Order: sequence, then structure tokens, then C-alpha cells
Amino acid sequence: MSRFGNVFYLSLLFGALWGAIATLLITLLALFISGEPFQPQITAGAIAGLVAAGVLTAFKSANRTIGLRALAGLAFVLVLTVASGATPLGLAMSSYPVGQLIFVVITAWLVIQAIHLNAIGFGPARERRYNVEVICLRFIKGFGIVAFTIAVALPFFVMVMMSLKNQQLLLSNPLDFSIDFGQGFQALFRSYIELFSQYHFGSYLMNSALVSVVTVLITLFFAVPGAYAVARLKFPGQNFLSRSILLIYMVPMIVLVIPLYAIFSQLGMRNTLWGLMLVYPATTIPVALYMLQGYFRGIPAELEEAGLMDGLTRLNVIRKITMPLALPAMASVALYVFMIAWNEFLFAFMFLDNVDLYTLSRGIAELNSSEVPRQHLMAGAVIATVPVLALFLWFERYLVAGLTAGSVKG
Amino acid sequence: MTPDNAPRPPKGLGPLAKREMRFAYMLLLPTFLIVLSVVLFPLFANVWISFKPVTLGDLRAPSILVNERLMGDVEAVGDEADIRYRIRNSSRKSDIADVSMSDTLPATLEIISIDDRCSLDGQTLLCDLGNYEAGKREDVIVQVAATQAFIDDPINVKDTDAVFEFVPENILTNNDFTLENFRKVFNASDFWQVLWASLYYTIAGTVGALVMGLFAAQLMNITFRGRSFLRGLYLSPYVAPVIAVALAWVLLLDPGPGGTLNALLLQLGVIDGPISFLGQRVAEINFLGLTFNFPVALTVVIIFEIWRYFPLAMLFILARMQSVSTDIYEAAEIDGATPIQQFRFISLPQLMGIMAVLFLLRFIWTFNKFDDIFLLTGGAAGTRTLTVNVYEQAFAVSNLGAGAAVAVVVFMILLVFSVIFFKFSPEDDA
Repeated sequence: MSRFGNVFYLSLLFGALWGAIATLLITLLALFISGEPFQPQITAGAIAGLVAAGVLTAFKSANRTIGLRALAGLAFVLVLTVASGATPLGLAMSSYPVGQLIFVVITAWLVIQAIHLNAIGFGPARERRYNVEVICLRFIKGFGIVAFTIAVALPFFVMVMMSLKNQQLLLSNPLDFSIDFGQGFQALFRSYIELFSQYHFGSYLMNSALVSVVTVLITLFFAVPGAYAVARLKFPGQNFLSRSILLIYMVPMIVLVIPLYAIFSQLGMRNTLWGLMLVYPATTIPVALYMLQGYFRGIPAELEEAGLMDGLTRLNVIRKITMPLALPAMASVALYVFMIAWNEFLFAFMFLDNVDLYTLSRGIAELNSSEVPRQHLMAGAVIATVPVLALFLWFERYLVAGLTAGSVKG
Repeated sequence: MTPDNAPRPPKGLGPLAKREMRFAYMLLLPTFLIVLSVVLFPLFANVWISFKPVTLGDLRAPSILVNERLMGDVEAVGDEADIRYRIRNSSRKSDIADVSMSDTLPATLEIISIDDRCSLDGQTLLCDLGNYEAGKREDVIVQVAATQAFIDDPINVKDTDAVFEFVPENILTNNDFTLENFRKVFNASDFWQVLWASLYYTIAGTVGALVMGLFAAQLMNITFRGRSFLRGLYLSPYVAPVIAVALAWVLLLDPGPGGTLNALLLQLGVIDGPISFLGQRVAEINFLGLTFNFPVALTVVIIFEIWRYFPLAMLFILARMQSVSTDIYEAAEIDGATPIQQFRFISLPQLMGIMAVLFLLRFIWTFNKFDDIFLLTGGAAGTRTLTVNVYEQAFAVSNLGAGAAVAVVVFMILLVFSVIFFKFSPEDDA
């Protein structure tokens, strides 16, 4: 049996790919952080990755010690430097030698780590199909995580960074996301301070919070009894209701907006927060009811029957037995409804004309004009995003359980 | 044969069951009312409006405008003058019915004659003016003569406002119907293009989000350090406000100076000049000697849709995957199934149910989607879908009726989809 088999050749291939990917990404990172016009040396990175993989995976998995990995890393740095003509980041080493060196070392460390994890457990010799698939899937998964993370994070990264810069800097070098901490707190967060002091963002924030919280309360107040009825009580039409309630959720908002606009205009309810507090619950109650009834069905009926036997009325059964047991589901419904109401754009945009009544979505839409500098726009986006994202990440477990409870059975 | 007097099962509901039914209906009543008034009634109202010639400006109800003046010189006792009420209907399109006016005349003026539609009750003038059709204007005249008290202390007749009572015609409830809105919608030169863009956006967006969600769920199903952080990060496009992320994308893709992605691609040497990702309708692509018209803006909008909604698919697929028992995989392992075979023959079939449900829901929601495209392109550059067209007709062109007609088309297509889906939907779990 030959010493070198398919695993070794695959490792060479993946080493080259990891080398190219890491060189590209780290160079771009350096570019964003420093604002210097670095050029990713992708081909050199690929060659260096190939050589490093050759050094590392020529040995059996158990023999890839720290020392060997350091050696492979050194090989990567050397080959990258040589193949790129002594410009590993696309600029002469004479400018920012220390910074460039740090970035090259980071690149080498990442590449070696990736190659090592990709081939861990498998030697250079030939392996059966099962293990070849394992190695290929490792690469695909690793690549997927990197790609997804960048694709998801990039717009948020740009949002935050742009909000901290000023228009002139943004236009002159759009790739420079370096932050000058020396300018002090006031200057760094100037956009945010101006939004709150000159653009009424404090009041937008309060309006958004008010509308969202009221929507949550109304939704729960309506949906909990309704869900209980659908889940527990027998009545003609129960089956039909439990199936068709979600159909309401399929009705496009845009179809409702014209009649509601016309009717609310004539009733004088259009340019009010009350109008929103009526429309939002109407759109969230059906899905809340659906999610809650799924959860209520899972609560043992015996508990409620015991309560009934002991003389509680149905309403008190709901209040004292069902609701405390359904607290997690109610929390997740509340969170989900809050998210919908907080993020809602269409009705806020159509209904509100009065600056004092603007919600955040409506207020940001107002900033979206050429007269307002873009760092203000992005600062507004950050202000709208942070509360709902923080709340969501804090209670993520609840939300995930609640979102999926209604429709996914084990 | 059962004897006639044998006990039979009771027909209908017993008293207990009736009480339970009444209680259930009571619990459901609030939900029913709010859904009826804010969802079902507007749905019906939308169909109604689609048959009416209503523009945005017509929503302001017509009213009576009046200009009251004392005509003629009053300098000595006995001088005669006219109090003239110049009255008109503010609207040129809607009628006003049952107009009546009341005004208090100055006590210091002696009233000589009044319009014959009016009557006098002390110093109060009451006029029954009948109907004012659209655009009508007329004068009501009261002849007066000055008394000494008026000369000593002249009063401006405008000091007491004439009060009107009237029934304005409601443009939404009158009997004016038209098919013009639908004719306009179907005859529009770009109707088929809008429909095509809608379908392309819906299908590509749904399938893309599902495939990406499936992929992301596979990644999140392996354990590694930082997994819960990454899962939170991956969910954030779905959780963040649409306006925030859409505008971030707009600035990211900006073709002018300051656009991050174009600057990045230029720096990497991938492109020669900036690309207007959201403003370019088509790009010609030469491939194997064939020229394709690649819809740029529409594709970018679809990518945004996938970016924003893959987390939802990921969440549901992940939940389903984690509920699959590991025994099956262990058995497959022993039988020598490779990882790809395990995915293909165990995971995928298990996930088909939830994928079908997700496809159905996402398909309809994507078809209904308005804000994403509206915020990214405003419907320009070939990205105008049916929902954006509703807004365009109703609020940009200010023709509420035409917008409602497009909305009716949207709803009809949706109904067709729903019928198809529910007919062919698998009788599966989830």
C-alpha cells in the first residue's frame, strides 16, 4: 500500500483552497481596519496553503505535533512571501512592517488550523469512501460557516461602522472602516447624539415601544382565551377554526392597506397611534392563537379537570392553572409579537404624518433622503436594530421553542 | 327492529355541551370581532373600492364653504344694505345633501326681507337650502336697514359665524361604480412583466431561502464552540427591522462613491467600473456564444429576500432535525452508509414534511412581500412586483381604485395558489 493516497491529495486541494480563502479574508480585514489599499494575493495564498498542507498532512494524524504545525506555518509564511514577491498583503513590507507581519501570522495560523482540523484523524494514505466523504464534508461545512457568517455579518458591520464615520470620509475612502478613538466619545457618537437631540429619535423610540408593548398586551389578552377555547372546549366549528385561523395570516398586508387607509382617513383614525394599535394586534392575534393552542393541547387536561372539581370556574381555571403552565409559550408569543410590531413598516409608513407620532421605522424612512448624511441614516438603523436584537438574543431559547412549537411536532 | 319506546341517543347538544359551546364562543368573540373588522371587512371593502372611481384626494369629505359680507354703504339710519352669504360646495366631484344654514343676525339691523327658503326666528336666520351638487355655488341674500344703534356701534356681520348642517356624499358608499380600474390594470403595458417579476421573485426567493436554510441547519447541527453565538447571528437578518437592513444593503450596494461593495470589487479587480446593483435592469451575458439578458436588480432583490428569510427555514429545519431519533443513524452507520447517503436517505426524507410546509408558507409570504422591494428599489429597474404595483397605483399615482383592483388580482392569484397547495399538500405531520 502506497504511503500517499487520496486523503493526502484531498488535503493538498483543501490546503490550497483554505490558503486562498484565508489570504483573501485576512487581507480584506486588514484593509477595513487600516484603510490602506491592501491587495489580496490569492494565488500566492493558494500555493502557500498547498505547500503547508503538504508539510503537515504528509505525516500521520497522531504525529502532527505543535512543532510540526509551527513548521508548516513557517512554510506557509515563507511561500506566501516569496510567491507574492515580498508583498504578502499586496503592499511593500516597508509600510507598516509590524502590522503586516501580525496579519500574515494570523493568516498562517488560520490556514494551519483549518488544514489540521480538516484532516484530523486521517493519515496521508488511501482511505475508503466513507472517510473521504467525511473529509470533504468537513471542508464544505467549514467553508459554509465562514461564508454564512460573512454574508450575514457584513451588512450589520457596515451599518455600525458607517454610523461612526462622517460623510466626507465615507465618500473619499469607502473601504476605510478604521475607528479613530482619539477623537473622543462626543465626536465618535456624534450621529447618535444628533439623532436624539435634533431628529426626535427619543420620541420615536418611545412611540415604537408604546405601540409594540400595547400590541403585545392586546394580542395576549385576545389570543389566550381564544386559544384555550380552540384547544380545550368542544363546539361546532372547532375543527374548522383550528385549521383556518392561520389562513388569516396569509392575507397580504398590502391588500388591507388601501381599504384601511380609506376608512381610517374618513374616521379620523389614520394619523394616530391608536390606529396602529388596532391594526397590529389584528394581524398578530391569529398566529398567536395558533401558537398558543398548540401549547395548550400539550398541557394535561387532568390538571384543569382537578381544578374544575375543586370548584374553580372555567375562567379561573384558565387564570390559575393554564396560564401559569403556559408561561414559556406566552413569553415566546409575546416576544414574537413584539418583534413584528417593532419592525412593522408598511402601516406606520402609510398612516403616520405627524412627526410626534412617528415610530422608529417611520422616522428612519424620513431620514432616507439625499439631504440627510448617510451616517445619520445608519445610526438610525442601529438604534432601531439594537433593542429588538438584544431582546431577541437574550430570550432566544424561548422564541425558538415557541416559534417551532406550534407547527413542528416531534 | 327497535321498539318505539326504546331509549335513543339524544339529538343535538345537551345542556352542558350547550353551555360549553356558549362559553367557547364568548372566549372567541373578541378575536372574531377584531379579525372581522380589521381583516375580513377590509378584504371585502377592497373589492368594493376596486369597482369605484376613487382617487386619494376624494377621501377628504366635501364640505360647505361660506363667505358672509355686508354689501352696501351704511352711513345713516335707514340706509339699506344686503347681507350676502356666498355659499359653495368645496368639492367638484361629490354632492352634498340637505344643506341647512343658521346664523344670528345683529339685533341692531332691521330686517327688510329674506330669501324665500329662509325663515326668521327672532334674530336667528334659518335657511333650508336643499341639495348642493358638485361644484354648485349660490348667494343667499338678506336685506337689512340700519338702526341708530347700529350706526352708533357698527357690528361686523362676520362676528357670528353661519352654522351649516349637511350630509356630504361619501365617495366610498355612493352608487358610482366602474370597471375602468380593472381595464386599466389588465391593459397596462407592463402588466405581464409585473406578473412575471412577481412569480420569478416568489419562486426563486422561496426556493433559495429553503435551500440556504437547509444548508445552514446542517452547519448548526454539528457541535462546536461558539455555535449558539453563530446561531444568534444567523437569526439576526430575520429579527432586525426590515427598514434598517434594507437601507444598510442600499448603502452597501451603492454605485456612487461611498458604496462599499463596488469599492471592494474594484479594489480586488473583479470589475472595471461600478455596477448599479439596484438600478440596472438587465445585463447581457455572453455564454457559449449565446447572449442572455440577466435581470440584475431583480436578482439582487431576490438575494436580499434569501438573506433575510433563510434563518426562518433554518430554525424550523433545525428543530425537526433535532427531533429525529439517533437510532436510525446508528443503524445506518452499522450498515455502512456514508455521511452523504445518510443525509440523502435518512435526513432528507424526514425533512420533506417540514420543507413542504415551509415552502407553502414562504411561497405565499414571499408573494405577499412588499416592504423589502419597496425599500430597496421602490419598484424600479424591473423589480416591480404586483404588491409594489398596488402601492404604485394607489399612492404614487393616487388612484385608490386602480390600486385596489391590483390588490384584488393579488388576492385572486393567492387564492388560486392556496387551492392548488391544499389540494396537493401531503397529508404529513407538521
